[in-house]
Amino acid sequence: MKNKTKAWLIALGVIGLALVAGWSLRNYNFAVLNPKGVIGFQERRLIYEALLLSLVVVIPVFSLTFFIAWKYRASNTKAKYSPDWDHSRIIESIWWGVPTILIVILSFMAWNSSHVLDPYKSLSSTTKPLTIQVIALQWKWLFIYPEQHIASVNFVQFPVNTPINFEITSDAPMNSFWIPQLGGQIYAMPGMTTQLHLMADQIGNYRGSSANISGQGFAGMVFTARASSLNDFTKWVGIAGRSSLKLTEQQYQTLLKPSSNNPTSLYSAPDAGLYDRVVLKYMLPASELSALPPASSTNTGVY
Amino acid sequence: MLLANLLGRLTLNDFPHNPITAGAGVGIVLGGLMVVGLLFYFKKWTWLWREWLTTVDPKKIGVMYLIVAILMLLRGVVDAGMLRLQQATSVGSSHGFIDANQFQQIFSAHGSIMIFFVAMGLMFAIINLILPLQIGSRDVAFPFMNATSFWLYCAGALLINMPLVIGEFSAAGWLAYPPLSETAYSPGVGVDYWIWSLQIAGIGSLLSGVNFLVTIFKLRAPGMTPMKMPLFVWSIIGAMVLVIFAFPILTITLALLALDRTLGMHFFTAGAGGNAMMYVNLIWAWGHPEVYILILPAFGIFSEIVSTFSSKRLFGYTSMVWAIIAITFLSFSVWLHHFFTMGAGPNVNAYFGVMTMIIAIPTGVKVFNWLFTMYRGRIRFSVPMMWFLGFVVTFTIGGVAGVLMAVPPADFQLHNSLFLVAHFHTMIIGGVVFGYFAGLTYWFPKVFGFKLNERLGKYAFWSWLVGFVLAFVPLYILGIMGATRRMDHYEASLGWQGLFIVAGVGVLIIMLGIGFLILQLLISIKDRKHHLETTGDPWGGRTLEWSTTSPAPFYNFAIIPQADQRDAYWASKHATKPSVKPHYQAFNMPKNTPFGMFIAGAALTFGFAAVWHILWLAIVALIGLIGLIIMRTTYDDSEYTVSVDDIERLEAQSKERFA
Repeated sequence: MKNKTKAWLIALGVIGLALVAGWSLRNYNFAVLNPKGVIGFQERRLIYEALLLSLVVVIPVFSLTFFIAWKYRASNTKAKYSPDWDHSRIIESIWWGVPTILIVILSFMAWNSSHVLDPYKSLSSTTKPLTIQVIALQWKWLFIYPEQHIASVNFVQFPVNTPINFEITSDAPMNSFWIPQLGGQIYAMPGMTTQLHLMADQIGNYRGSSANISGQGFAGMVFTARASSLNDFTKWVGIAGRSSLKLTEQQYQTLLKPSSNNPTSLYSAPDAGLYDRVVLKYMLPASELSALPPASSTNTGVY
Repeated sequence: MLLANLLGRLTLNDFPHNPITAGAGVGIVLGGLMVVGLLFYFKKWTWLWREWLTTVDPKKIGVMYLIVAILMLLRGVVDAGMLRLQQATSVGSSHGFIDANQFQQIFSAHGSIMIFFVAMGLMFAIINLILPLQIGSRDVAFPFMNATSFWLYCAGALLINMPLVIGEFSAAGWLAYPPLSETAYSPGVGVDYWIWSLQIAGIGSLLSGVNFLVTIFKLRAPGMTPMKMPLFVWSIIGAMVLVIFAFPILTITLALLALDRTLGMHFFTAGAGGNAMMYVNLIWAWGHPEVYILILPAFGIFSEIVSTFSSKRLFGYTSMVWAIIAITFLSFSVWLHHFFTMGAGPNVNAYFGVMTMIIAIPTGVKVFNWLFTMYRGRIRFSVPMMWFLGFVVTFTIGGVAGVLMAVPPADFQLHNSLFLVAHFHTMIIGGVVFGYFAGLTYWFPKVFGFKLNERLGKYAFWSWLVGFVLAFVPLYILGIMGATRRMDHYEASLGWQGLFIVAGVGVLIIMLGIGFLILQLLISIKDRKHHLETTGDPWGGRTLEWSTTSPAPFYNFAIIPQADQRDAYWASKHATKPSVKPHYQAFNMPKNTPFGMFIAGAALTFGFAAVWHILWLAIVALIGLIGLIIMRTTYDDSEYTVSVDDIERLEAQSKERFA
C-alpha cells in the first residue's frame, strides 16, 4: 500500500510540474503554432492532423505498456501465465492492419499537401504579387526588389495580403531561408534559384533567420520581415529609393566580404541583373571563370 | 623550404592556444603517459601484448571496443555540456564562454564522435561479445580481419581526438555539407581531420559488416535454420546488410570530398561544375541506413530481453523477422526526407514522405509484439527491463515527431529547428543508447562472470530518463518557437533562455546517470565475490550463449551445441536428457597476431599525413600499409590445434571452478 501511495504522489508531482511549466510558457510566441499567413496556417493544420492521427497508435501503446507491465508482474501469481503462447493470426493482423490504414490516410495527406503547399506554387489572390530576390551572403541577407528598384540588408518589408514571390540564392555556403510565422523554409544554394511563395494576412514584424549552418556568423543571420499596409510599404519604398547608398557592383563586392551581425541598411538603384549574375557565375564552366574580371570572381568558392 | 617539405602545413602555431582545447589536450597526453607509466611500474606490458593487443578473440575485442566507446562517450557528453552551457549563457549582450568557431567545432565533434565512435563502438562491442556465442560458434568467420576492424576504429578515434592536441576540428557540422566544407570556406585542417578519421573507422566498419554477415551465414550451430535463429541474430543480419550496402557510399563520398580539398577537384564545390546537392544526396544515402544500422541491433537486444524477463516465448517471431527485413529494405528508400527543403518538387518529396511513413508500420508491429510477449508472462523488472520500458515511452514519442516530419510541408516548418534535434536525440538516446545499455547489463555476467549492482543500475536508469526528458522536451518547444539548431547566440527578447537552462540541467542529470553507471561498474567489481555468476545462466536465459560458462572459455563451447528449435537452450533445460560422457573432438583456433594493430597504425599515419599534406609520410605510410597486408596474406601458419587432451583438462578445470 505504501508503494502505491508513493507512485501516486510521484505521478501527481510530475503532472503538477508539467502544468506549472506549461502555464509559465503561456505568453511565449510559439511561432510555428502562431501563424500570420496562409501557408503557415495550413502547415500548422497539417501538423495538428498528423499528430491526432498518430495518437490512434500512441494511446493504445502507452496504455497497454503500463497495463501489461503492471498486471503481469512476476509477483502477481494470480495472473494467467502462458509461457508457450507465441502467436495469434488475428491479433497480429490487427497491428499490421490498423497502422497500415493510418499510414494510408497519412500518405494521402502527405501526397496532397506536398502538391497544395508546394513552395514553388504561386498563391492565388486578386492582388498582384510582389517579387523579392533574396541572396544569402556571409553572414547577412540581401533583399532586392527588382520592380521597386530598391534593396535592403537583414530587413524585408511587404504589404499584407499580397502574395510574395521570393527567389532565393546564395553567394555563400548553403543557408536556409525561414520566417516561421509566415510559412516553411527553403534552402538558399549557390548557383541555384529556389522559390518560396508566402503571404502575410496580418500586419506585424516577424522574425526570420537562417536555419542551416553556414559558417562563423551564422547565428547572426537574423532579419525582420515586416508585413505592413500598402501605404506604409509605398512610403518605405520611397525612403529606400532616396537612400544615398546605391547597390552597384562595387557596393555588392563590399557586401560579399564576410561580416557578422550586420545592422539593417537600405539601398537604392540596385544594379539591374545583379541577382542573375550571382546565380550564373557559379554555373560557368571552369575555363570561362578565369576570363571573368577579377572583381566579380572574388570569393566565388572556386579555385 | 625543407621544413615545409618535411612538415607539410604543420607549424608551431597549430598547437592550440585557447585554454579549453589546450587543457583537454594536456589532459589526454598526461592521461596517456600515466597509463604507460603504470604499465611499466606493474610490469604489465607482456600481459597487455599477449592477452589484449594481439588478440583475435572476439570476446576480448568486444571488451576493447567497449572501453574505447565509453571513453568516447565521456568526450561526447562533455561536448554536449559545453554546447548547452554556451546556449544557456550567450544571450543578448552576453556572448557566453566560447566563440562561434569553437562552438561549431564542438557540435561537429559531438555529432561525429557520438555516432561513429560511441554508437558504432557499442554496437560492435555487443556483436563481438555475444553473436558467436549466440549462434553456437567458436569464433567469427575472419578473426584477423575482426581485429583489424577494431584497430581501424581505434585509429579513427585517435585521429578525431587529435585536434585537441594539434590543429583544429571541422566547424561544418557532423555531416560537413559543402560548399561550407570546401577549401573556399573551410581552408584549415579541421574538415580533413573529419574526413580521414571517418574514412579509416568507416573502412573498419565495412570489414566488420562482411565479417559478421559471413559468420552468421556460415558458422551457425547445426540445426539452427534461419527461422530458428534468435531475433538478435536476425537484427544483426539486417544491420550488417545495411553496413555492406551503405558504407561504400560513405567511403566514396568522403574520398570525393577529400579529392576536392587536397587536389583542387570540383565534385561538390560551388561552381566550376561542382554540385553540392549531389553530396547531400550521397551522404544521406549512407546516413539514413546508418540510423537503422544502429537501431536494428537495439531492436534485437530488446527482443531477447523482453522474452527472457517475461519468461515467455517471443510473440510473433515470424512477424518480427519480416519486420526486420522490411525495415532493412525500406531504409534505403527514404534518404531524401533529410532535405525536403531543397526544393526537389512535390512528386519527389511526396514519394519519400510516403516511404518514410511506411517504415512506421513494421516498427509499430515490433512494439506491439514486445508488449504481447509480456502479456501473460511473468515479468521481472530487472535493470534491462527498466531500460526497455523507458525505451517504449521515449521511442514512441520520437516516432510521432518523426511521422510529423515525414509530411513534407510540415517538415518545412520543423526542419533544421531544435525540434529536429530533439527528435533524433529521442531516437538515438531513447532507442539506441537505452537498447545498448540494456544489452550490456543483460550480457555483462556472461562476459565478466559476475552481475552488475541492481540498485545503482536503477539509479542510472532514472537519471538518464529524467535527464533525457528535461534535456529534450525544452528543445521540442524551442523548435516550435522557431529556434534553429547550431545557434551559438540569440536575442534576449525571444525569451528562450529559461528553456535552454532547463535543457542544460537535463544534460547535468544525464551526466549524473553516467556517473552512476561508472560507480555501478566500480562497486560491482569491488563486490564481485558476492555476485559471482557460477551457473552460466543468471537470468533464466533462452538462447545458446547461456549454455556455456560465464565467462565463456576462449573456445566458447567444448562441444558445438545442437539447435533444433527456437530458444534452443530453454528447450534443452526443460527436456530430460540421459547424461552421457561428453565426446570431445580436436579443433583449430586462430593464433594471436599484431598485424591488425600494425595495419591500423599505418592507416593512422597515412591519415595524419593526409590531413597535414605531408607528402613523403603519406607515401611511406601507404607503402607500409600495402606491404603489411601482403605480408599477412602470405602467412600460412595462423592457426593452432586444441587437442582432445587440452579440452579435457580445460573442461575439468572449469568444472572445478564453477562447481
